[in-house]
Amino acid sequence: MNSIHFITNPTPVRFIRRCGLSRLWGSVAALVLLAGCGDSWNDPRGENLGSGSVLYASFSDRPQFMDPARSYTTTSYSFIQQIYEPPLAYHYLKRPYELMPLSAARMPEVLYLDGQGNELPPGVPAEEAAYTEYQVEIKPGILYQPHPALARREDGSYRYHDLAEADLESVNALADFTQTGSRELVAEDFVYQIKRLADPRRHCPIAGIIAEYVEGFAEFQAHIQNTEGVPMDLRGLSMSGVESLSRYRYRVRLKGTYPQFIYWLAMPFFAPMPWEADVFHEQPGMAQRNLTLHWYPIGTGPYMLTENNPNLRMVLERNPNFRGQPYPEEGEPGDEGQGYLDDRGRTMPFIDRAVFSLEKESIPRWSKFLQGYYDLSGIGSDSFDQAIEYGGGGEVGLTDAMEEKGIVLRTAVDLTVFYMGFNMLDPVVGGYGERSRLLRRAISIAVDYEENISIFTNGRGIPAQGPLPPQIFGVREGEAGINPYVYRWEDGKAVRRSIEEARELMRRAGYQNGIDQETGKPLVLYFEAVGAGPDAKASLNWLRKQFAKLDIQLVIRATDYNRFRAKMRKGTGQIFQWGWHADYPDPENFLFLLYGPNAQVDTNGPNSANYKNPEYDALFSQMKNIPNGERRQQIIDRMMEILRRDAPWSWGFHPVSYILSHQWVHNNKPTTMSYNTLKYRRIDTESRAAALQEWNRPTVWPIWAGLGVLVLLILPALIGFLRRERERGR
Amino acid sequence: MWVVLLTDFFLYLLLAGVALYVGFVLRTPHLRHAWRSVMTRRGGAVSVVALGFFAAIAILDSLHFHPRLEQPGAQVEYSNEILSVFDVLAGPLRTQVERTYSAPFAYHAHSKETRETPQGRIRVYPRLEYAGAHLADPEQERGWDITVRVLRGALLGAGVWGLLLLGVRLTRRLRGARPRAEGEAAIPWRSVAVTVLLILMLIGIVTQLAGAYHVFGTDKVGEDVLYQTLKSIRTGVLIGTLTTLIMLPFAIALGITAGYYRGWVDDVIQYIYITLNSIPGVLLIAAAILSLHVYLNAHADEYASLAERADLRLLFLCMILGLTSWTGLCRLLRGESLKLREHEYIQAAVAFGVSGPRILMRHILPNVMHIVLITVVLDFSGLVLAEAVLSYVDIGVDPSMNSWGNMINSARLEMSREPPVWWSLTASFVFMFALVLFANLLSDAVRDAFDPRVKR
Amino acid sequence: MIAYIIRRALYAIPILIGVNLLTFMLFFVVNSPEEVARLHLGDKYTTQEQVEAWKQEHGYDKPLLYNPEAAGLDSLTDTIFYTKSVRLFVFDFGNSDSGRNIGHDIRQRMWPSLAIAVPSLILGLLLNATLALMLAFFRASYLDVGGVVLCVILMSISSLFYIIGGQYLVGKLLQLVPISGYDTGFEAAKFLILPVIISVIYGIGSGTRWYRTLFLEEISKDYVRTARAKGLSEQWVLFRHVLRNALIPILTGVVVILPLLFMGSLITESFFGIPGLGSYTIDAIQRQDFSIVRAMVFLGTVLYILGLLLTDISYTLADPRIRLR
Repeated sequence: MNSIHFITNPTPVRFIRRCGLSRLWGSVAALVLLAGCGDSWNDPRGENLGSGSVLYASFSDRPQFMDPARSYTTTSYSFIQQIYEPPLAYHYLKRPYELMPLSAARMPEVLYLDGQGNELPPGVPAEEAAYTEYQVEIKPGILYQPHPALARREDGSYRYHDLAEADLESVNALADFTQTGSRELVAEDFVYQIKRLADPRRHCPIAGIIAEYVEGFAEFQAHIQNTEGVPMDLRGLSMSGVESLSRYRYRVRLKGTYPQFIYWLAMPFFAPMPWEADVFHEQPGMAQRNLTLHWYPIGTGPYMLTENNPNLRMVLERNPNFRGQPYPEEGEPGDEGQGYLDDRGRTMPFIDRAVFSLEKESIPRWSKFLQGYYDLSGIGSDSFDQAIEYGGGGEVGLTDAMEEKGIVLRTAVDLTVFYMGFNMLDPVVGGYGERSRLLRRAISIAVDYEENISIFTNGRGIPAQGPLPPQIFGVREGEAGINPYVYRWEDGKAVRRSIEEARELMRRAGYQNGIDQETGKPLVLYFEAVGAGPDAKASLNWLRKQFAKLDIQLVIRATDYNRFRAKMRKGTGQIFQWGWHADYPDPENFLFLLYGPNAQVDTNGPNSANYKNPEYDALFSQMKNIPNGERRQQIIDRMMEILRRDAPWSWGFHPVSYILSHQWVHNNKPTTMSYNTLKYRRIDTESRAAALQEWNRPTVWPIWAGLGVLVLLILPALIGFLRRERERGR
Repeated sequence: MWVVLLTDFFLYLLLAGVALYVGFVLRTPHLRHAWRSVMTRRGGAVSVVALGFFAAIAILDSLHFHPRLEQPGAQVEYSNEILSVFDVLAGPLRTQVERTYSAPFAYHAHSKETRETPQGRIRVYPRLEYAGAHLADPEQERGWDITVRVLRGALLGAGVWGLLLLGVRLTRRLRGARPRAEGEAAIPWRSVAVTVLLILMLIGIVTQLAGAYHVFGTDKVGEDVLYQTLKSIRTGVLIGTLTTLIMLPFAIALGITAGYYRGWVDDVIQYIYITLNSIPGVLLIAAAILSLHVYLNAHADEYASLAERADLRLLFLCMILGLTSWTGLCRLLRGESLKLREHEYIQAAVAFGVSGPRILMRHILPNVMHIVLITVVLDFSGLVLAEAVLSYVDIGVDPSMNSWGNMINSARLEMSREPPVWWSLTASFVFMFALVLFANLLSDAVRDAFDPRVKR
Repeated sequence: MIAYIIRRALYAIPILIGVNLLTFMLFFVVNSPEEVARLHLGDKYTTQEQVEAWKQEHGYDKPLLYNPEAAGLDSLTDTIFYTKSVRLFVFDFGNSDSGRNIGHDIRQRMWPSLAIAVPSLILGLLLNATLALMLAFFRASYLDVGGVVLCVILMSISSLFYIIGGQYLVGKLLQLVPISGYDTGFEAAKFLILPVIISVIYGIGSGTRWYRTLFLEEISKDYVRTARAKGLSEQWVLFRHVLRNALIPILTGVVVILPLLFMGSLITESFFGIPGLGSYTIDAIQRQDFSIVRAMVFLGTVLYILGLLLTDISYTLADPRIRLR
């Protein structure tokens, strides 16, 4: 641990290599002299980030929380999923997404129990179970990363568990603790983490939904809430539904059935947490130094966070205790040709260190990528779409300039939907009568998402035919899969219905040419926008153009996100845009967005359109608990028909996520469900070094030219002055 | 149906104020002399003309109305949309909207699209719907077409200028030239005439070109960038002027009261402005914009159209910018009136028992007006520049409003495209630079003429 | 003098309270604690109990300014405002709403801010003074006229253009320096070149013009004419007399902004990805992290008052006739 350099603590004596020093002066003097031992002066990467195979990337938002009980954002997931290992994970190559064991030895055993806790006799359908039990067996011999919380004295007691305030005086970062230790992962660590999820002081964002299902979870929560002074170390308390059965086996008991639970086991919420970490970090004085689990993860994964400076950069380094894992042997068809299987069977991870730099502005981020200083197109939101050309015919390719540089583009449809919703409580666009239904359908046709995708996302999206993105169970291909109210099937593809048809719908709804036939007043609709960012103006203008096609005047009520959400909670909005990113690849996770009891105004649930259709709700309850199969498909088909007819959303589009990388980065398959991708990647450092040399040659002549012009300007005046002086002197 | 937006109202108020001031100047010899000396400087004269041009556009853009809806019935209905006289004049600039980006003077889109042809799929640059649509073979004809239009426009501009010049000459001859007073410098009429000629020729050229091409290209959703920059003039001018208009009463009243009365009044006023000055302006503005959202949410029905909402936000921004910038003037005025109150004539007035407010109005106020004037002119350019920065931090004018700040803000993404979309940035740069440059030149001239400390 | 400083320091207390109250009201007029809690807890599956728990933990479960339920003095002290303000006065900023220690972050982030601000200030001062001296030296020649026009032109360009243009030209086309970023220690130098140059160039216009006016004002004074009449050379007069006397207003102008250098530059820092206090503030505003905002406002006020005090003191040092009362 002491070989690792922690940036949060500037070491007093700094080691600058010879080349580093001359390079430094080279860049300081860059404007005067042509000096320096490297010939690229614009290298933004740190000098002392070490040798070996290093990956450079960027992040645009600082990760807020890295405690797996709290963390729930893409940015923090892209870090902690390299560190924490939940029992399960998604297969890197296979699509549709498939779960596989990660820290578990095999997939969990699922037992269906009756009210007494006895297993259901064979033949009884699973839906009738009173409890479901998941038994997880973990791999033996997994070790935690080296960490001071696990360091022990010779007598076996913990070295840093009884620190006094004074011991922390010279401590600023975790690296200031000189000793580290490790221990084997046990089933109890998984149980401990589930208890942490129930602790209200940890603010676990999914505690509400887990409490509905996990036996004893809610009682555990209530106990901590109502008891004074429960220690943060929760080993003393037990949760009835969760316990470890042996050193390597634990069980989770659910109330009723909840087949989607298995997906939660692939999220960091269910990753193991050693109790020692809590004891260590809860000592007085730690929080004042930002020494908390939010900033210093401790896991069993292939990497560990060695430099944690969210204001500047985060560095992940290979965990020396990692057991090693083989690269997948098989993938989906076509992976072979893309080179995804070149490394099959080799031991991962391949990269020694990954350096993520904070990069908020898109121009610098993009330029540095082009200069080769970032290997990948960053994590989180970014604007790398500039390199991509959209043909209008649906295909997406790189611009010629990018092709020339050997940049590689890989895309995959995201399990996300961006939709435009109508508030069903609104007197004009809402309601279940024919008039508003026709109006909503007319708008759905008029708002041309094909154009939106081509203008604003450079073709990185596919228009939605319903709430379900492709590759989710229940989606039908081809003609059967289109939304017949908005599209027609022509020549083997979906074509948006014409604006004339939409105007005809408007006429039937009594809004001919945008005039309300009852009152004679023009129809004015309101759009709740969250206006921010450089693209806001253009996208709002675009939306107004769409409504203008139907002679509807759209008034945009721009506001900030807080206000927007308050409005949605109260149900006072009219038309709005929102998105949903799936937690797991199951249709339930999308269809519940329109489930009546989830209406936002009533329960603050995710049904932001406040759509309530009794038939749909009944079908949803059925669909939820049955396994994928013909019966489920039929129910989903029926649900889709109801939704498309009622059109509570204009279905919007599913974004396509993509990875843009340089040719020297290998095994870059885009995935939208899992983030633990770092270990799969491999870098060809030699070809990178060569490309960097070639792409970054400083151009110095303009400086000389500028200086020359300056001299030419001053010289005549100086000569004149000297002449005057001489004359005066005479 | 005419509408007067809130900012329009303030702009009219401001114009009325300017008119009153001009009348006052003409009747007051020393002010008249000072303003004449502003005009005798070439920079001053030229910038007054150029700023007049910007102001004219801003005023035209501030005459708003609801257009009438075309419908067969007898009932007359007005659209909810709000247009301005300038929008009508700009005609094709506003209505000829392409699909997405296109470069200045381009006849095809900025990026290629795939077309199905009998030979298979090919990637071509699609022709634009409006720009260059009149050309059969654009590659060959475009250069010539543009040259002809430029020449025609220039000639047209020069022609109008010639007529104008003739008219001025004639009226002067008929009225007989007034002999110049002793020691009075000549107004550089030649520079003024050249400026007018240049502006007229520019207008001529642009009107000739604008119908057939997008002079500054189009933006992401195909709107003409020239139209956007021209619309942005109103935003810039309003921010520069209304802000000072709003802050002036407070700054003057508090500044001279503090300086004249001293004692606890001074302490209280100083406390207010130090407190306000210590809070970073960005925070004040962000909070104001957020509270505006709260207000608009509560009164959504009263601000039914987009223009009204954007307008309220603009006014709010002016108010809050005024609040953050009045302290400087206030402090200057305080210092000046501290000095003035020691003067003998004021001491005499006090001895005669003239009341405090009366002394402030009659004796102190007129003697600090030159500081006020200089500050107003100096602040103008700073405020125009500030608008751009605020939009960058997302606390500027409404995103749906045309402003240079918004244009620069979206240019952040455009510049990182490959090849870069440079025209929005360039257009806003050119216009903003011109406005600020002339404002700076004018403020130089005004300061030289009015500041007694500047030696001429 | 000492008495004056003490009086000023005491005077700062009501100002700090006022600023604090104002910030507090501005923030909570637009954001209820409820909304702050929801913002930090995220979108999905958030329940009302979680919101309440968050508010309780972060001390947002009390009334804002006045607690009608508590008795006596407690009605003022048992409020969000009081509990969150008191510790500020001993510079204990506590934790941000997202759980990081603010004091720790400020101590870490002030160095990058200083690393940009100090070189920019010194270089700008030297360059502007040199250029102004040159213009004054060649006054009324084509250099002077051209120089002043150039200054006005430089002043009329928005700072955003300097930054976007500078990054594009120097970083992207010429590839002389990294486009943005930062590093610790000496490595930082190459990242600082571009932002420092840009902020110096941005300041040339107004700075040079102002200094030129100061120099010309000084040149027209009687003692300078006397010196010249004695036959002293132009250079001697400029350097010995004009420069020395004009330096007084220049330096007192600098003193005011010295403490504020800590606060960093908002736009420069966020464009160049420099982890200083300027970008810290702007991030906090955008993420609506109230604790950071108020800490930064408090710090800014203290530094501002310090600047005013330093100016007063520097006046007495520059001109012994001035006495501070």
